[in-house]
Amino acid sequence: MPETTAPARMAHLKRLIQFVSGHAERAHFPVHRIREIELALEEILVNIFSYAYPDATGDVTVTCRVEDGPRLILEIFDTGIPFNILDVPDPNLTAGIHERQIGGLGVYFIKMMADEAWYRREGDRNVLGLIFGRHRKGAVKKERVGGVQE
Amino acid sequence: MEIESTGKENERFIITVKGRMDAVTAPEFETRLLEWINGGETQIIVDLAGLEYISSAGLRSILTVAKNIKAKQGKFVLCSLRDTVKEVFEISGFSTIIPVCESLTAAVEVR
Repeated sequence: MPETTAPARMAHLKRLIQFVSGHAERAHFPVHRIREIELALEEILVNIFSYAYPDATGDVTVTCRVEDGPRLILEIFDTGIPFNILDVPDPNLTAGIHERQIGGLGVYFIKMMADEAWYRREGDRNVLGLIFGRHRKGAVKKERVGGVQE
Repeated sequence: MEIESTGKENERFIITVKGRMDAVTAPEFETRLLEWINGGETQIIVDLAGLEYISSAGLRSILTVAKNIKAKQGKFVLCSLRDTVKEVFEISGFSTIIPVCESLTAAVEVR
């Protein structure tokens, strides 16, 4: 399966995202959908860059494959502190300009953009999986925790 | 990401942003806008016709700018959002807290 690994730092954001966009482009996903995939991936990666390795440096690995459908399947791996981003509560989307918090918005975008999302802890690794169809379906309908991808 | 000021219209300071506003580039947007605001520009329109992509980091910077302008009793309007950017604004609820116009012409007329 195609994969790429980089140090978990902001300087590598662009390359990691382009790795996935390239697969989506070659599978003829619509441009609008590719931007949505990039959004979900950026939110995950930035979270890993910011919080996964508080006292050290570490890597992040992204695997990407396209199945018939087509469906684009991503898995993002890090060896940082155990953390399931999907557990972050949804933000208050109706707060006014002064009360507005950005925290939680990233994970909300992930859930809104992906058709499916799941998390598992695999040895010393966090694994976040996402599936994207050609068009956005809305909020994540099914959330799988643990187990291995079908 | 490219940020440019394109002059004034109806007393409004107009800024165009092109490209991608992500976790890497959003801080630059925030810095540039805050420089203009601290330089006395408090009636600002940001034309996003050339913005292809925005993430939560971009929204965070826009929120910071909006709060700064509000604290100075100024006016902040965004216009000409592309579909992808508009979708992010709608999903996040930002379209209800920050004025968004369909076109620059409409934005210039906002009171």
